[in-house]
Parts: sequence; C-alpha cells; structure tokens
Amino acid sequence: MALSNEDVREILRIIDTTPLAELRIETEGFSLQVLRQGPAMGDAVSRTPEMQGVRETAPGAADTPAGAAPADGLLTVQAPMLGIFYRAESPGQPPFVEVGSRVEPDTTVCIIEVMKMMNSVPAGVSGTIVEVCEENAGLVEYAQPLFRVQPE
Amino acid sequence: MTITRVFVPNRGEIALRIVRACRKLGVESVVGTSDVDRDGVAALSADRAVCLGPGPAADSYLRDDVVVQAALGTGCDAIHPGYGFLSESPQLARRAREHGLVFVGPSPEVIELAGDKVRARREAARAGLAVLAGQEVQSAADAHEVAERIGYPILVKAAGGGGGRGIKLAQSSTRLEELLALAGREASAAFGDDRLYLERFIAAARHVEVQVAADEHDVIELGERDCSVQRRYQKVIEEAPAPSLPESARDALRTAAVTFARAISYRNLGTVEFVLDADSGRFSFLEMNCRIQVEHPVTEALTGCDLVCEQLRIAGGGSLSLSQSQVACEGHAVECRLTAEDAERGFRPSPGTISRFSIPLLPGLRIDTHCAAGTRVPPFYDSLLAKLIGHGADRAQAIGILREALERTEVVGVATNRELLLRVLDHPDFAAGAVTTGWLEETLGALPQAVRQ
Repeated sequence: MALSNEDVREILRIIDTTPLAELRIETEGFSLQVLRQGPAMGDAVSRTPEMQGVRETAPGAADTPAGAAPADGLLTVQAPMLGIFYRAESPGQPPFVEVGSRVEPDTTVCIIEVMKMMNSVPAGVSGTIVEVCEENAGLVEYAQPLFRVQPE
Repeated sequence: MTITRVFVPNRGEIALRIVRACRKLGVESVVGTSDVDRDGVAALSADRAVCLGPGPAADSYLRDDVVVQAALGTGCDAIHPGYGFLSESPQLARRAREHGLVFVGPSPEVIELAGDKVRARREAARAGLAVLAGQEVQSAADAHEVAERIGYPILVKAAGGGGGRGIKLAQSSTRLEELLALAGREASAAFGDDRLYLERFIAAARHVEVQVAADEHDVIELGERDCSVQRRYQKVIEEAPAPSLPESARDALRTAAVTFARAISYRNLGTVEFVLDADSGRFSFLEMNCRIQVEHPVTEALTGCDLVCEQLRIAGGGSLSLSQSQVACEGHAVECRLTAEDAERGFRPSPGTISRFSIPLLPGLRIDTHCAAGTRVPPFYDSLLAKLIGHGADRAQAIGILREALERTEVVGVATNRELLLRVLDHPDFAAGAVTTGWLEETLGALPQAVRQ
C-alpha cells in the first residue's frame, strides 16, 4: 500500500476532528500509529484515565493491609507522579478544590506539571476535602500526600 | 567550581559514590530515587532525596522529563547521571542543556555519535584507528552477502546497543536470519533502534579499554583496564594494568584512545573500548562509553585520581587537575563485582532482604557498596551488591587481598556469586595472566555445582 504525504495529512485531519486517543493502521509492509499526547482539543489539560493517585493508606503506613481504615479514618490523595503541584487551572483562577469541597472519584483536584505537560489528577474517592497538604506551585514527589479526604 | 548542587538520578553504590564526591568538593547533592529505594543509603546520605516514581525503572530512573523537572524543582544546577539508566541518553543531556542545567558528561551530539556504533566505527576508521571488518545490514540477503565476505563465525550487533546487550553470534549461515530477527527485536525493545550490523568475530579476544579525560584544552589518558573475565558479555572481574601486554601495545592502545577522543571533540570522562586479538596481538576499536564506568576504581587505585571529582570539575567549567605528564600508575589493582546472582541456578537474580552483610576491612582493599544488614535487593534493577578492589604492589598481591576478603565475606539473605569469584581468582589460568572473554563460560560455566575445595 502506497501512502502519500497527502494521505497522512488526511489521516491526521480525521484524528484532529475526532476524540480518538489512538489510531493504528496496519497493512502488509506498512504500519502507522498515531497517539494523541498533551492537551486534547480545546482542553488545557491532558486527561490520563490510568492515573490513579489514591491509596487508602496514611503516610508512613505503606504496609497497611488493603481495606484497613487508617487510624483517623481519612483517605489520602497522593501525587501520582513527581512534578509541580497546581491547585488551579491557571494563575488567577479559583482552586479546583478547597477545604470543605465535596469530591467524586472523577473530580479533578489539582494539576501536576512535568516539563510543560499538564496532568490533571482525579480525586479517586468520594468525600469531603479536610486538608490541603501542599503549597501551590511547589515540587511534589511521587506518592506525596496532597489532600486528606473524609469519606462518605 | 560553578556547580553548587548536583542532582543524582541513580541508586546503589554509584549514587553513594557521587554523593561522596560532591561532599568532598563542597557541593550539595540531591538524589532522585524510585519509591523502593527511598530508604537506601544513597538517598539517606545526600543533602536531600526526592522520589521520582515507582519501582520499575521505566517509570522512575528512565524518565528524563521527570528527572529534569525534579532537578529544577530542587534548585540543582547540574545532573550527574552515574552509569546505567540515563547515563548515555542524549535526550537527557539535551533537555538539561535547554533548561540551563549542566549535564555531567559530553555534549548530546557526542553522546549520539558514540551511541551509534555504526557511526562511531566510521569516525574511528577516519581517525586512523583499526576497526574490525564489518558493515551495517539492511536485509537478510544483504547480511548473507556481508557474512560470506567477512567469514563465519560472525557477530550480529545492534547499532544502538552497548553494555554488551543486543549481541548474537552466528556460527554459520544456517541460523543467520533467525539471529538477525532475534537481535532486531531485542534491539528495538531495548534501544528503540532496530538497525543491525555484522562484525568479524575474534575467537580469542581480550577486552581492553582506556580511560580518557578531556577538558576544554587537553585530552589525557589514565591507563588501560583489562575486563576479559566476562559472562554473557557482562564484566565480572576487571584489572589494571592489563596483564601480559607488551609495552609497545600498551602505548599504541593509549595513543589510539586519545586520538579518537580528540577526533570527536570529546569532553569530560570517557572510556574507549578495544578488542585485542590474543593470537595476533592486534587490537581494534569497539566503542566509546560516555559515562563513568562501574570499574573506574581500579584506575583510581593506580593513579590516585578521583575520577568522579574530575567529572564534576570539568563539567563545572574547570580544568583537569593533572596533565598527562603527571599521570603515574602505581602497582596493580583488581576489582570483582559481588552480585546477588545465584550461581547454582544459572545466575538467576536473587532479590530479597539481606540479613547479614560483612566484608572484612583489609589494608589495600577498597569496598564500594550500598549494602548492609537490612538492605532490600529489589527485583527491578541490576544485581550489583558491592565492588571489592584490591590494590597491591603487583598482580599476585592484589589477587591475594581479594581472595582473603572474599573468603571472609559473609552475605546472608540473598544468593551471591562469591564462590564463582573465588574460583576465578584461584584458577591457574587467571593467575597466569591474560584470559579471553570466552574463558569464564568455557572453563567454569559448565561446572555450576562444582564445590570449591
């Protein structure tokens, strides 16, 4: 199968006008893989559904058996990656969540920037934010506690 | 020194080694770890440690974006990558430079050149160095033709390879295509580059490499190392100077290494590797490594030069602390790599928790290790536990120091290759001087159950 530059441009145009995250075309002797990275159309934040920043453990209690409630009954939202912690979509905007905000598992609670790539972090749990553990715009490490949540 | 704080995205003994060099120079260090290494001695010894990501290296130590973000976020002005992981990543070197960070190593352009074995061979030939007959191959038909011309057995190598990975030996044309396919798959998985080349196979080969160092003004060499005791292209025991080598060959090797480093405008510390044909005595260029090497302590023992400090000094815009005429090699040094590999079970890695770890302190012995009782050996990384370096007035004395140390070394909790190291040190072939790269497997590989008397 011969493919011209125009064909490739056409494929990219199709990708751009659809919400597809990934496209793979394979024929004999030819394969094309297009992966969407970074912001989706009209979206300032890339959505990474596999990112799960929540662990039901208190800091320093990594060996807590699964399902066991930590002593204070609070859940911790941990940083799913190292990066710069942003509490709002952009400077000047109100924070995604404050103490007292109710969150659902898919509620965005913050953004973590890694080299200009903005990654939105979902809460992963339902409940009420009772503590914001980190300052805006600071470096957070992998697995660092970001929020404490009082579960339902 | 313009560098004030160094980011070290690495683990184990080399991260600790770099932290100590920083301290010696009055420079702060921040270690970037994975979450399984955050309680490791390197992280605890540094001024600060940050967690890059989870255990698998692809999610932590190999993320050049996260590494640069972490270096910037912790106020570092330089990155020392150590060995392994991102140490020879042009992407990391380039990204660091773009963000105003000093990469402790050569420029990304030079790393790229050296990392492309086909290009490096071409540059070496152009600089007048001997290279083995060989050629990049595009197809199976191409490969058959090249192999017929050079002759079997022949090595299939990955253009983007290194560190002994991605190498296959074809004995005849029968399995050539199968090995090409296998090597291609391995190469694209390991290096993201499936280009292959064929190279003449030297049956009786010794691996000899030359340590070079270069600042803005000068290129010097700090002598050679012999690393012929290998298992599956992985070094087990290294020593300096290379035994049983005529002085004329030694001089020629050192000169060739400096010539190559000059030809490619090399900066910082590097190693030029050669294959030495034990039958003919001829040597040929193999590749250049753009990093600190695991076996650098044998060179340090002979020269008294702290190579990691030199790296930091050069990267910071300073000059080499010594000139070629000041390089003096004294005595003989041998290093062995104590690894968590189960020699009784086909050298399978043996992760676990070390419950007892004891290596005696002896005159003339240097121990580089991050291990102690309680250290966990995670399954994600290479299995190096410690490097033991014996330095004596002559080779026999250096070997004697290591033998005594290993005899009295106790590691409980994980299996180690200690017995194998002792068998090598005790073997008359090794004692006699030079062995070849196939020797260990031919001689001791077939006797995994052998009990040492």
